[in-house]
Amino acid sequence: MADNTPGQAQSKGVQTTGHVWDGDLQELNNPLPVWWTYTFYATMVFALVYWIVYPSWPIGKGFLPGMNTITYVNADGVEESWHWNTRAKLLKESQEAVIAQKPYYDKVASLPYDQIAKDPELSSFVVSAGKAVFSDNCAACHQAGGQGKVGFFPNLTDDDWLYGGSYEKINETLTKGRRGYMPPFAEALDPSQIEALANYVYSMSGGKADDSKVAKGKALFHSDTAACFYCHGDNAKGRQDIGSANLTDKVWLWADVPGLADDTAKINAIKTVIAGGLNKGVMPAWEGRLNAEQIKLLTVYVHELGGGK
Amino acid sequence: MFKNFKHEKIETNAGLLLVLTMLAVSIGGLVEIAPLFFLKSTMEDVEGVRPYTPLESRGRDIYIREGCYTCHSQMIRPFRDEQLRYGHYSLAAESKYDHPFQWGSKRTGPDLARVGGKYSNEWHVQHLIKPKSMVPESVMPNYQWLQENKLDVSDIEGRLRALRMTGVPYSANDEEYQRNVKQFGEAVAKTLHIPDALKNLVAQAQSGNFDGDRSSVSEMDAVVAYLQVLGTMVDFSKIKPEDLVKFR
Repeated sequence: MADNTPGQAQSKGVQTTGHVWDGDLQELNNPLPVWWTYTFYATMVFALVYWIVYPSWPIGKGFLPGMNTITYVNADGVEESWHWNTRAKLLKESQEAVIAQKPYYDKVASLPYDQIAKDPELSSFVVSAGKAVFSDNCAACHQAGGQGKVGFFPNLTDDDWLYGGSYEKINETLTKGRRGYMPPFAEALDPSQIEALANYVYSMSGGKADDSKVAKGKALFHSDTAACFYCHGDNAKGRQDIGSANLTDKVWLWADVPGLADDTAKINAIKTVIAGGLNKGVMPAWEGRLNAEQIKLLTVYVHELGGGK
Repeated sequence: MFKNFKHEKIETNAGLLLVLTMLAVSIGGLVEIAPLFFLKSTMEDVEGVRPYTPLESRGRDIYIREGCYTCHSQMIRPFRDEQLRYGHYSLAAESKYDHPFQWGSKRTGPDLARVGGKYSNEWHVQHLIKPKSMVPESVMPNYQWLQENKLDVSDIEGRLRALRMTGVPYSANDEEYQRNVKQFGEAVAKTLHIPDALKNLVAQAQSGNFDGDRSSVSEMDAVVAYLQVLGTMVDFSKIKPEDLVKFR
C-alpha cells in the first residue's frame, strides 16, 4: 500500500508527492524545466503580436481588424484594401494568377481556333491547362482520356459527332449543354416491325442480319409509319442539327453492340433502344460554371483529343 | 498568493477539478464561437437562398441516413486550388437553413457543396448505383437500394414542422405563407407550404424525373433532387467579389 505522507526523496532531496510503493518507489514533484516555462511565456508574447497584426478580439458587434491589410482590385478596376482575411487573400491571389496566365489567356481569347492549335507554345498551354479543366469537370462522364462510356456518354476521341465536331459546334455544346431524345416506338409499332427495324439498323453497319427482315425494316425506316428517316435522314447518317445518330457507322452509344457476343444479342440491344426510346444523353451547360476563356480552352482540348473536324 | 499553491489541492478535490476544467475549456468556445452569433459580418447578405423543397429535404435526410457526410464535405474553403476544382467558396448564408449543416472536415470523396448541375441526373443515378462504373478509380460503395426503395413520404409534414421549429421558414398557415411570398416569391413559397408538402413532393419527382422512372417516387429521386440543388441557389455573377470580402 502507498504511504501518503509527503516527504523527501531519499537520494536527491527533491520534494515528492508523498506516495511510496513497494517500500521505496516514489513520485518526484520536480518544478517545470526553465526552457519550457520561457517558451510558454514566448507564446503569450506571440499571441499579443498576433492580436495586433491579424483580426482577433470581438468588440461589441465588430472585432479588432488587425493592422495587416490586403490590397486587391475591385470590380470597377480600382485598388482597394481590406483587413487581412482568407477571402481577401484569395481574391488577391486569384488576380495575381490571372495576371501570370493573362498573356496566354489573351492569346487564346483573341486567336482563331486553328491558329491556337498550330502555335506550339500556345497549344502546349492548352494541353496542360485544358487537361486540368477537363479532369475536374468532364472526366467524370467522358472518362479521363475522353473515351466515353457505351450506354451513357459519347466518346470524344473518335471522329463521330452527334452535334458536330467543328470548333464552333464543340464550343456551343460546352456552353449551352445538350439533351438527347428519341421517342419510344413500343406502342406505335408491333414487335415484328421493331424486330425488322433492328435488323435493318444492324445491317447498315455491316452486321449479319436476316435479309427478309432487313428489306421489311428498310421499307419501314423510310415509311411514314415509323418515320425514322425524319430524324436520322434519308441516308441514315444522322442530323447534327438535332443530334440524331449516324446509323451507318460502327460507333454505338446507347446499344452496346460492340460489347455483346452474338448477332441475336446485338439486335436485341438495338430493339431495346427502338422500343424504349431515349430521354437522356444530357450534357450540362457549362456557361455558369466556367468562364468563356476556359470553355474556349476546353474546345481546343476536346477538338485535339483526336476527332476534331 | 500563489506561493503556497499546490496542484494537489485541485487534483484531490474532484468537484473543484470539474468546475475549473469546465471553466478552462469553455473559454475557447466563448471567445471563438459565441461572438459569431453577434457579429453583423457573419452572415452574408445575398439573395436566392431558400429552404429545401419537401423532396430535396427528404433527399437530404437520406444523404444523412447513408452517412454521405463521413466522406464528403460541403464546404469549399477560400483557397485557390479549391476554387479551381469545386467553384466559388461556400458562404455562411448558403447553409443557413441546414439543420445540422453538412460542412464536414473530412474528405475521402470530393466536396459536394457545388455539385448541383455539374453532372446529369443519369450520371448521378448510375454513379450512386455503381460508382466504379462511372469513375473507375473510385472507392465509393454502391447504393443500389436507393433506386429500389420507395421513398417513405408518410411523415413529410411532420419533418417539415420539426424544421420549422428550428427556425426554417416553412409555412404552416396563411399568414406565414404570405410572409414567404414576400421573401421568396410565389413559386418558391408554394413549395414551402407544409399542408401541400406531399402534393409538392410528388409533383417535383414527376416533373424532374430524377431517377428516370416516373412510375413511383424512389429514394433515388429524392437524393438526386437534393444533389442537383446543392450550391446552385446563389447567382455569383450578380455579386461583386469584393463585397463578400467584407463579410469577414
